[in-house]
Amino acid sequence: MTTLTPVLSAGWDAVRSWSIEAYRHGGGYQALRTALRMDAADLVTAVKDSGLRGRGGAGFPTGMKWGFLPAPDGGPRYLVVNADESEPGTCKDIPLMMASPHLLVEGAIITSYAIGCHHAFIYVRGEVLHVYRRLLQAVQEAYDAGYLGKDVLGSGYDLDLTVHAGAGAYICGEETALLDSLEGRRGQPRLKPPFPAVAGLYGRPTVINNVESIASVPSIVRGGADWFRSMGTERSTGYGLFSLSGHVTRPGQYEAPLGITLRELLDMAGGVRKGHTLKFWTPGGSSTPLFTAEHLDVPLDYESVGAAGSMLGTRALQIFDDTTCVVRAITRWAEFYAHESCGKCTPCREGTYWMKQILARIEHGEGTMADLDTLLDVCDNILGRAFCALGDGATSTITSGIALFRDEFEAHVTGGGCPFDPAAAAAFHYVPRSARADVTAMSGVGSTAHATGVRR
Amino acid sequence: MVEPYEGAKLERLAADAATVVARYPEEPRSALLPLLHLVQSEDGFVSPDGIAFCARTLGLSTAEVSAVATFYSQYKRHPNGEYTVGVCTNTLCAVMGGDAIFEELSEHLGVGHDETTPDGAITLERIECNAACDYAPVMMVNWEFFDNQTPESATAVVDGLRAGTPVAPTRGASSVCSFKQMSRVLAGFPDGRADEGPGAGEATLAGLRLAKKKGWKAPAYAGAGDAETDESPAADARPGLAAGRHSSVDTPSAPPSGGTADTPTGRDASKEA
Repeated sequence: MTTLTPVLSAGWDAVRSWSIEAYRHGGGYQALRTALRMDAADLVTAVKDSGLRGRGGAGFPTGMKWGFLPAPDGGPRYLVVNADESEPGTCKDIPLMMASPHLLVEGAIITSYAIGCHHAFIYVRGEVLHVYRRLLQAVQEAYDAGYLGKDVLGSGYDLDLTVHAGAGAYICGEETALLDSLEGRRGQPRLKPPFPAVAGLYGRPTVINNVESIASVPSIVRGGADWFRSMGTERSTGYGLFSLSGHVTRPGQYEAPLGITLRELLDMAGGVRKGHTLKFWTPGGSSTPLFTAEHLDVPLDYESVGAAGSMLGTRALQIFDDTTCVVRAITRWAEFYAHESCGKCTPCREGTYWMKQILARIEHGEGTMADLDTLLDVCDNILGRAFCALGDGATSTITSGIALFRDEFEAHVTGGGCPFDPAAAAAFHYVPRSARADVTAMSGVGSTAHATGVRR
Repeated sequence: MVEPYEGAKLERLAADAATVVARYPEEPRSALLPLLHLVQSEDGFVSPDGIAFCARTLGLSTAEVSAVATFYSQYKRHPNGEYTVGVCTNTLCAVMGGDAIFEELSEHLGVGHDETTPDGAITLERIECNAACDYAPVMMVNWEFFDNQTPESATAVVDGLRAGTPVAPTRGASSVCSFKQMSRVLAGFPDGRADEGPGAGEATLAGLRLAKKKGWKAPAYAGAGDAETDESPAADARPGLAAGRHSSVDTPSAPPSGGTADTPTGRDASKEA
């Protein structure tokens, strides 16, 4: 049986957990002292050997990313921490920074030292006021303690750390869009290559890592690569935050070795909402293909989830029970991608615009069977043809949703509306006001074979 | 260009803008996003004066500044209410009740998405995922967390805001500040309230509490603290892992001697470049 392994979350319940005193009391900043006595290249090697892979979704090996920086040429190189957590379902970095901002600050200092950076940035989304307050204070405390600024802890190493608030744009989580945003521009992705390691912020070599990746670095320095590898699987090493949300008895953050299964996590979280059964779930946010109860035993590591047809992504486990209309869920995600498409490339800008409208008419009983094929055709024209991963992500739940629940889509067409009652899916009791509820009440599928088809 | 602001207001803004720009010694234009938050803290939206001020400060055209301001959803092109009330209606929150909460508030306040109540108190918005899905359905007031909402609780919040009584988020400062005060913090000027409120809510701690109850822990650090950390932890000193300690999943954790697909060899690319 897999058990939980709190490392990042271990200090979250401490009194004033966000303060530098509480963080140091839990062993914080010991890793920084160790790291400053090490050769920078050895730190890079340690992180490589740990097998740590990017926790922001793509899973690229973190140490290898650091190793891609060209040899020092005397000019600046940068670390940019991606704290723009916005992927629907993803809710791990924000609580981490709220509870333990120093974990990120210490990781950022060690990483900066390892890659030879003297000015690092944390780009945090602007829609989390209290998290920004805590980060600003943590950075100030770190300066006051001599962990930042000139001659860090007497090592001769200088580092400045700037916390930068975004202003509302999902696309800025894409690393090159983030760089453009940080440079004071519209957040639109850049053509790659050149990759940020070669030409990133201000055209200089830049490492961009997710919050959780950077926050994992101090523990690797303290425990060593083998300690890290003692958790997880052979190729998906270490621990990670698994975020359970939706129709689950005890939603929340569960820090576990990679390779744990949803069945195990659901057991820990008290199971699916009482009286209901699992219908579908996302393994890694709304950009990852849907799973169902058939996938409860898929090990949640990069390889196994990929082999099962989805992506581990950000371990954002959104749980939907049998009361949820999959067409409604997917339509809403499609509206999100259309809203957040930056408009730079045609497949994504035009494709998400049409997908949203086709799905809306299917959801409201005004679609045709041909619309389903049109949708899949549009997805086919976006996937692999968009400028960045946003377009690909927009197709994931649509193609997987139609593959898994085609009869439910068809029931919306033949039944002239949605056969589900949205009130049944809500976390509280209410009497619906919306027109959608009226459509639901008169749903005509009850007497057809579709009724059993949609109520899985 | 016409001078956008005058007198004390100009002096105050110019001094603050200089502080912001100084954070980005390599490239002043990086100050644009915080500067736009700053002008919102004065005017309650990105005003034509604010755009001209940012342009002047950074040596940009007003068109360049407008192009940026219109890209981001937190920059308002019309005077905002004192409180932005955002109901998450992305899929998970919507299914959990966010749609019902938005409808209730919209009817109660008599405004739709991106509209402001006539008293100027509240701008209602449908918002996208705000990274608090384990607290769904979620509402944000001036970007503070109001977790696990119901139509009744959300209505009580907006009634309190309109009545001018202090309203506290579930995870955040001890009371919600105004839109302008919030914008000033987002420009990077702390308001001294970081120590208010909890470190974590119930859902954030769900896994940690269970682990403590069950006695589950991550493996102890090999050795005791930093003194034991090898000067080159990459060295093949595998004995650092205590004998008998298991991986907490069944898959073998030791990498094959030749490396894995992710660590093809022991090569250090940083030394090869």
